[in-house]
Amino acid sequence: MNALTTMMLLPILGTLLLAVIPSDQVLRIKQAALATTLLVAISGVLAWVNFDSADTSFQFVQSVKWIPSFGINYAVGVDGLSLVLILMSVLLAPIVVLAGWKESEGGRWSAKVFYMLILVLETMMIGVFAATDVFLFYVIFEAMLIPVYFLIGGYGSGDRAAAAVKFLLYSLFGGLLMLASIIGLYVISGANGGHTFDINKLSELHNYMSPTTQNLLFLGFFIAFAIKAPLWPLHTWLPDAASSATPGTSVLLLGVLDKVGTFGMIRFCLTLFPDASKTFTPLIITLAVISIIYGAFLAIGATDIKRLIAYTSISHFGFITMGIFAMTTQGHSGATLYMFNHGFSTAALFIVAGWMTARRGSSTIADFGGLQRVTPVMAWSFFIAGMSSLALPGLSSFVSEFLVLVGTFTRYPVAAVIATFGIVLAALYILIPVQKALHGPTTPGNENLPDLNLREKIAIAPVMAIIIALGFYPSPLLNVINPASAHVLEVQGFSDPTPSEGAGK
Amino acid sequence: MEFIAPSLNYAQLAPILIVLAGALAGVLIEAFAPRASRYSSQLFIALFSLVASFAALIRVRTQTSVDAAMGSVAFDGVGVLLQGSILVIAVLSIFLIADQESFTALAASVPGSEEERDAVQSDLRVTEVFPLTLFAVAGMLLFPVASDLITLFVALEVLSLPLYLMAGLSRRRRLASQEAALKYFLLGAFSSAFFLLGIAYLFGYSGSITLAGIQASVVGGAGNDVFLLLGIAFISIGLLFKVGAVPFHAWSPDVYQGAPTAITGFMAAATKVAAFGAILRIFYVAIANAEWQWRPAMVIIAIITMVFGSVVAIAQRDVKRMLAYSSIAHAGFLLAGVIALSKTGLEASIFYLFAYGVATVGAFGIVTLVRDASGEVGDLNRWSGLGKRSPLLASAFAFFLLAFAGIPLTSGFIGKFSIFSAAYESGSTSILIAGVLSSAVAAFFYIRVIVLMFFKDPVEDGTSVVIPSALTTITITVSAVLTLILGIYPAPLIDFIATTATFIR
Repeated sequence: MNALTTMMLLPILGTLLLAVIPSDQVLRIKQAALATTLLVAISGVLAWVNFDSADTSFQFVQSVKWIPSFGINYAVGVDGLSLVLILMSVLLAPIVVLAGWKESEGGRWSAKVFYMLILVLETMMIGVFAATDVFLFYVIFEAMLIPVYFLIGGYGSGDRAAAAVKFLLYSLFGGLLMLASIIGLYVISGANGGHTFDINKLSELHNYMSPTTQNLLFLGFFIAFAIKAPLWPLHTWLPDAASSATPGTSVLLLGVLDKVGTFGMIRFCLTLFPDASKTFTPLIITLAVISIIYGAFLAIGATDIKRLIAYTSISHFGFITMGIFAMTTQGHSGATLYMFNHGFSTAALFIVAGWMTARRGSSTIADFGGLQRVTPVMAWSFFIAGMSSLALPGLSSFVSEFLVLVGTFTRYPVAAVIATFGIVLAALYILIPVQKALHGPTTPGNENLPDLNLREKIAIAPVMAIIIALGFYPSPLLNVINPASAHVLEVQGFSDPTPSEGAGK
Repeated sequence: MEFIAPSLNYAQLAPILIVLAGALAGVLIEAFAPRASRYSSQLFIALFSLVASFAALIRVRTQTSVDAAMGSVAFDGVGVLLQGSILVIAVLSIFLIADQESFTALAASVPGSEEERDAVQSDLRVTEVFPLTLFAVAGMLLFPVASDLITLFVALEVLSLPLYLMAGLSRRRRLASQEAALKYFLLGAFSSAFFLLGIAYLFGYSGSITLAGIQASVVGGAGNDVFLLLGIAFISIGLLFKVGAVPFHAWSPDVYQGAPTAITGFMAAATKVAAFGAILRIFYVAIANAEWQWRPAMVIIAIITMVFGSVVAIAQRDVKRMLAYSSIAHAGFLLAGVIALSKTGLEASIFYLFAYGVATVGAFGIVTLVRDASGEVGDLNRWSGLGKRSPLLASAFAFFLLAFAGIPLTSGFIGKFSIFSAAYESGSTSILIAGVLSSAVAAFFYIRVIVLMFFKDPVEDGTSVVIPSALTTITITVSAVLTLILGIYPAPLIDFIATTATFIR
């Protein structure tokens, strides 16, 4: 059986298993959910091991006719780019389940519903990256909003319903614009050799489009992805959603779902509309730089720790978008690696911030203080996660941020220089809360906070291990990413401005 | 003058005749059967004749002919599909109508009178609703296959008159119900007059009342174009009134709200299929070659209808009024299929009609169940927290709303995709853009209802969900399952429609 289909089926089976467990056996439900996500993670790692990184075409492909009269197939397959993102998603899922062991309690509905939603979401997370049929991609892209919507609105905190609705409406709006573009592609494909949604065939269609058509179709896709990613000025839903959702949901939202946006920019915007991508590059690079700086300033001013992490992500997504639209192999490899690393550093930040919030009963940064003495393990975890977020050399994000900046500089020096200030600002927005929350005198009320228990240590350990390991030795991932990035650029006729060394060895 | 005995092909006319016979039998039962046995025998006859009619339809599904009734009825693939859809929707609706709680005890009594109280106390029932429904169904079955204008007009009246009566049968808020019936009747009479005038003009133009004859004149181009234009305009007014397109929609919110909910569901779903069936036949068969005359106007009407329906629905506080405006928006989407004027447009319209009809009956079925001591609760604010009280029912309603909104994995999405792509394929970019944007607006009010049901706390004012009767449960379950199946695996139906849907002239 196809590796990807199996990975998508496993969480569905897990959901069915959960459905038959009585909802008062909460522990059993959690164990089943954890076991399922672990199983998926293992099969994800196996897929990564079996992946032939020298081969730049899609691997593990499967294609079954779905709606033949529209030329729609259930078609999956991965290249280096999607494999890395799937790997990230399936590794994060068990961590989220384990770290947020008590998140499902106190929601609007039972723990059973929570884990069923998580598992359904996991299937869709794999599917959205694995889809090589544009229609299938769109279906999953839209359908995965629904479980997230209920996860935020049903289990979050604060004004969770409003945040969930804001998230859903923004995403639906973008999705409908993309639907218009997809219909446009479908019709153009029908006029040029038969209706199809196959990404490989669609990527040749741009030869048959007028520049205006290509620009409009590009915008339909791009706006949807820019909302998802999120890029300034379409980012306003993210802080609300991320601060209202449970930490685990936030990890999946920022770590995985938002990556669909940047993934889509590479897979669909660049591949399907190369000329339009070139046309819009100056605008997009500008927006990306604004996101980097603007997100950083918002983060510096944030008083709420969850909102702070959301703002840092806006800045980071600016880096990723910049790397993508720099159209250099280094920029691309950096952006893809950045997506992976951002997933884990944000996960670490959110998970630890979630524990801090749960212990303290408040998410205001000023309420913490002196945690370093009271809860050393938790404080160190937050510290390392923060250092990874500000791209300290030796931690994973440094490699990717450096690659993005180098890749951008060769083509857009001004943008790269301005973006570099984002790194300085990152030091501010991480170090200020680190100082306030971890160091200094112990804030009254914090003296007796318990440190991480064994379960929490087990949950955070792999995240820390990945952050540190990839900081020193990113090759295992880069070896998969580099050929894929080079391939994407080469196929659509982009080239590096100056001859450059093979990136990031 | 010699009288020619009409030669009729009874096998092909059987679906219509069986329903008519059932209706007549129902009238006889009303007249002669003892009161106690009327309900069960009426229900039996209604169901039996609908099922028998469906069986007869299946038997003749492959026979196409224009001579079944002296050239005034055309049996072809499109006719079979539309008749089948109407029968399926009618059976589902009959199950809802069978729950007599929402009907008045004695339609002829003055609201609030002694007579009415007596009728309620002696537990009288309006069993005449069953033969009325059957008459309406018979008219609906005839409407989309009528191939001359006189038959078309007769069918229009046969389907309309029972509906006017049925709209006034509500048990509670009887004055509003009777007002709705009167409004529907008066405006309906006006639109019939327009329709008749259109027939006269088209006869004046072509010298023929058959669609084929009109088509021949349009192709020949010998007639007076002013008559053609006036004829098309007036006939369109009559038809657009029936489907509730702007600016001929004014009746529908009041009638939807005032009529008994089961009738509203039947009317919203089945009338739409029948009326769009007739529109498709007239525009595709008779005046397709005059597309330059009618298409620009229809494009404008379609766009106004989509946008108006979606925008005004936002302001609604009553669930039935909201669904009424939503159905106006859907009429706009369906007009996109008429405008497409292509085989794909025809297929998409038929799929859309069936999918929308089934989901509509299901949604109204749920509306009948949310009640307080004085009857159904229409006020949306009092629906809040429904998800807590009856999660299954609220989930089903949310699912229907998502289908109306066109979210993937529901039948609504497939319908929307196919109809918009057909419209765009025929060159109507404006329809595609307007459709996508009004879908985004529409998503807002559908989601607001979901928020109310799931994310708000229940109101303690006696609103509750009654235990559905077995028949209502069947309707809701079947509708939900069909909506899901057509969303996940629509290929069989789409292929069936593609191979069947052809017009004969």
